[in-house]
Amino acid sequence: MLKQIAIRLGCQKTITKSLVMRSAEHRLAGHRLTERRGPWLWAAGLAAYAFLYLPLTIVVAYSFNDSRLNAEWVGFTWHWYRVLFDDEDMLIAAGNSLLIAAVASLAATVLGTMAGIAMHRYKLKVLTFMVLIPVAMPEILLGVSLLLFFIQVLNLTLGLLSIVLAHITFSIGFVAMIVQARLAAMDESLFEAARDLGASPWQTFRHVTFPLILPAVIAGGLMAFTLSIDDFVITFFTAGVGVQTLPLRIYSMIKIAVTPEVNAVSTLLMLLTLTTIILASRFAPDVLKGKT
Amino acid sequence: MSRPPSCILSSILWVKQLAIRLGCKRPQPSRWLSRLRERRQSNRYANFKLTKWLVSGPPLLFLLLLVAAPGAITVLASFRYPGEFGGLAPLVAADPQTLQGVTLETYRFFFGDFIYAEVFVKSLFMALVTTLICLLMAYPLALLIAHSPKKSRNPMVLLVVLPFTSNFLIGIYAWMIILGPQSALSQMLNGMLHLFGIAPVQLLFSPFAVLVALVYAHLPFMALPLYTNLEKHDPALLDAAQDLGANAWQRFWRVTFPLSQPGIFAGSALVFIPVLGMFAIPELLGGTGDMLVGNLIKEQFLGTRDWPFGSTLSILLTVAVLLIVWLAARLAGRGGRYA
Repeated sequence: MLKQIAIRLGCQKTITKSLVMRSAEHRLAGHRLTERRGPWLWAAGLAAYAFLYLPLTIVVAYSFNDSRLNAEWVGFTWHWYRVLFDDEDMLIAAGNSLLIAAVASLAATVLGTMAGIAMHRYKLKVLTFMVLIPVAMPEILLGVSLLLFFIQVLNLTLGLLSIVLAHITFSIGFVAMIVQARLAAMDESLFEAARDLGASPWQTFRHVTFPLILPAVIAGGLMAFTLSIDDFVITFFTAGVGVQTLPLRIYSMIKIAVTPEVNAVSTLLMLLTLTTIILASRFAPDVLKGKT
Repeated sequence: MSRPPSCILSSILWVKQLAIRLGCKRPQPSRWLSRLRERRQSNRYANFKLTKWLVSGPPLLFLLLLVAAPGAITVLASFRYPGEFGGLAPLVAADPQTLQGVTLETYRFFFGDFIYAEVFVKSLFMALVTTLICLLMAYPLALLIAHSPKKSRNPMVLLVVLPFTSNFLIGIYAWMIILGPQSALSQMLNGMLHLFGIAPVQLLFSPFAVLVALVYAHLPFMALPLYTNLEKHDPALLDAAQDLGANAWQRFWRVTFPLSQPGIFAGSALVFIPVLGMFAIPELLGGTGDMLVGNLIKEQFLGTRDWPFGSTLSILLTVAVLLIVWLAARLAGRGGRYA
């Protein structure tokens, strides 16, 4: 910054003064802004952070605790992870979850990317509305309406297929919004240049649009994957009796009793979603803000 | 090199036109040129429309089938009779004795009995309290981030969001541990109560536990919109207020707070709406009396299997949500005049 100012000082006389003044003002403003963090603000903010992190820390810590009760620290052990990997039902549930998430996120990525492009390029109001509804409404409403639809209209036996369809439905919106945000941030003249150089619409898409939105598409896909792996409410209504997923299994376990095995599976699940999300935010930095 | 047929056609036309022109006394190039241009444009327009539907068709079709149609089915189902073994009674039954056809029975049932309306009112109240607590906790957090140096803002936001990338059941489970009867918190609290001669209280399976978990699960939905709003404020305004002699509280109440109203309403809607439909938290952390609308709906669909009544409850919940969205949008619009 200083170097730039120095260069400009030497080159352009007319704008120099205002630039230096402005930069000084900016720095001063920034400085005064950070000074506005009084002790009370610090205390309240840090308390909020503690409130957010304390519960998860306890879950992780007790997953290594050598005690049946989640009450006090006894000693370090891998026991609960061994129990976890001997639990046949849990492994089946984990397999189901991964399968559902893989299929659903793949389909949602394709459909969501198309929806994102369509929303950006054709400004279809119906599509935007349909994409936002599952994101904005309480999950339970989508869950019960899908349950009614699958049973009453499609006469479908609830199982893997119904879960996958439900997961695609609520993931499309997230992928579409990430892709649309990326498209909106891009320079429209790039596509015009491609067209002027004689590229057909398909060539423009293949060689210009797609490479540019690819990071957003990947981020959207990873987002859809974590949403699917984590989903409990909609899966709860569309799973039927035969199929278990990891969140459903956790739910039925904590409904009965608190056991450290849940800590272990929670820790692993947290690790998985955390990695995926951090990976996603590498591709599109705003992906986390997009979650709301 | 193969050419598309329209090109061949146009080149033939061109040759023909050339011959005519050569033979003609007065050349009229504008007519065929404009005709050609017209055809090209209509071709391009047809292509545009085709790609438009190729791109937006599949997702639109999918969502119409799996969002709009189920929604419509839910509306229709709320006007039906429950089936004998769960599900819906047939619209037209062979046996005239059985329930069939269309009815307003479920709505009459809802408004006829006070219990269900009471659950709705209680849910709205619970959602309101959750929203207010979230606001009180998220505001300083968002303000702290917004007033931090630019470089550390993004990591701080990330720290707020990260806990919520994990499953919300894990959060519930964590609170079960923290509030459980054997936890340090319960022991300490009850020890203190004992000193004052008050009977021990149970933290878990109480409205308190439900509230804590609801706040925990929805805090970032309040913090993020607030932060996005607060970050945009011009720091010069605070400087000006300070130069004019406003103290810290006045600067907050007269400058920052009014400007942040759109953020507050956006965040409140994002907290209020999902809380209304929550059923897992009251079920796992609450007592028998802490039922919310979500539990009622879940019970109708998976417990008593009275689907028409469950659909009615869903429709009423949707109406409530839409009313709240409308209200929040209006309030945010009104608050927006400060910005």
